[in-house]
Amino acid sequence: MPDATELELTAQELRDSQDGSIVDTEFQRGDRAVLVIDPGQVWGVLSHLQAKGYTFLASLHGVDYYPEEPRLGVLYELLDMQRVERISVKARVSTEDPRIRSVVELFPTANHQEREVYDMFGVVFEGHPDLRRILMPEDYEGHPQRRDFPVGGEPVLFTYNESQSYGQWQ
Amino acid sequence: MEIKREPISDLKVRQLRARDLLRGDLEGEDLERYVEERLLVTTVDKAVAWAQGNSLYPLTFGLACCAIEMMGIVASRLDIARFGFEAMRASPRQADLIILSGRVSIKMAPVIRRLWDQMLEPKWAISMGACCSSMGVFNNYALVPADKFMPIDVHVPGCPPRPEALMHGVLRLRDKIQGHKVENWRDRYEARGTEEIVPYNPADGGAVNVFAPGDTAGA
Repeated sequence: MPDATELELTAQELRDSQDGSIVDTEFQRGDRAVLVIDPGQVWGVLSHLQAKGYTFLASLHGVDYYPEEPRLGVLYELLDMQRVERISVKARVSTEDPRIRSVVELFPTANHQEREVYDMFGVVFEGHPDLRRILMPEDYEGHPQRRDFPVGGEPVLFTYNESQSYGQWQ
Repeated sequence: MEIKREPISDLKVRQLRARDLLRGDLEGEDLERYVEERLLVTTVDKAVAWAQGNSLYPLTFGLACCAIEMMGIVASRLDIARFGFEAMRASPRQADLIILSGRVSIKMAPVIRRLWDQMLEPKWAISMGACCSSMGVFNNYALVPADKFMPIDVHVPGCPPRPEALMHGVLRLRDKIQGHKVENWRDRYEARGTEEIVPYNPADGGAVNVFAPGDTAGA
């Protein structure tokens, strides 16, 4: 885990090499270093970190920060297996234009995980070789992990609403 | 014709009568009575139903955690072989009974429907557990209750139901197949009309946090 100082040094390196790439840094609970980046520069940031030693993309996932704006977040959890250090990269995209560049060519493991984020949150990964739904049926409408998606499901039949049931015994 | 069976009063008399029959000495009214006492009259339908109910072949098919409990009824403690249900068939074309043991996702439903359509008549279905009947704890966008896409004969509630409960469900299905009248508990305890029904008030929204089916507004 890089400490707060090293996180700032890494962020400064990225600011120098890619102008405007770092929006913010967070050091959460003393055990999690987060780089908040501009979604347009995700490729540059991740390739820089990969060259720096963070060669393993442990996880790629989406978050819906409703009602904050921009709502959607794409998180990349990177691991440096030599120094055993982890860093999170967070990119925030809006629901109006949920586009971000795919990193499949950098990290082949991102292929299925980007498909899952697309399936559940509707983030479009530009340049993905095969961007289609992975968990939900292909003809499903909507992106069910978004906060404003209806919970759905069936009304459960209890004694109190038994009289509205179409299968009522009388 | 009304057949009256004599109580087994005297074993010696019965033995002598059987001996007389074998020797050909039994005749007239005694012979008629002897034959009547040893014949069962039934219809072909009833005989077939009796046989079908005692030789169900379930499909080897598990969906989720309920499938672990389903395996329990095959094992030695409950042992469905006692009732002739032990021949789990790996092909739907050889199976009579499908036990939906677990949650059915929207993506799995067409697969199950195809398996059901491939089974030959006569066929039966048991919905096992809360998820399959009412979606249970997974009552969300991903699942569909089994009644929406195929006919279910017996619902076994529980999360998961114990193997004894599934066993009871299978035996109720056997009663159904054999044409026995199966009463539910309200009938058995004469409890019709004792339901507690709270008047429905749409202002309360009915059930909490439930959208109409297909309502994807805001998505």
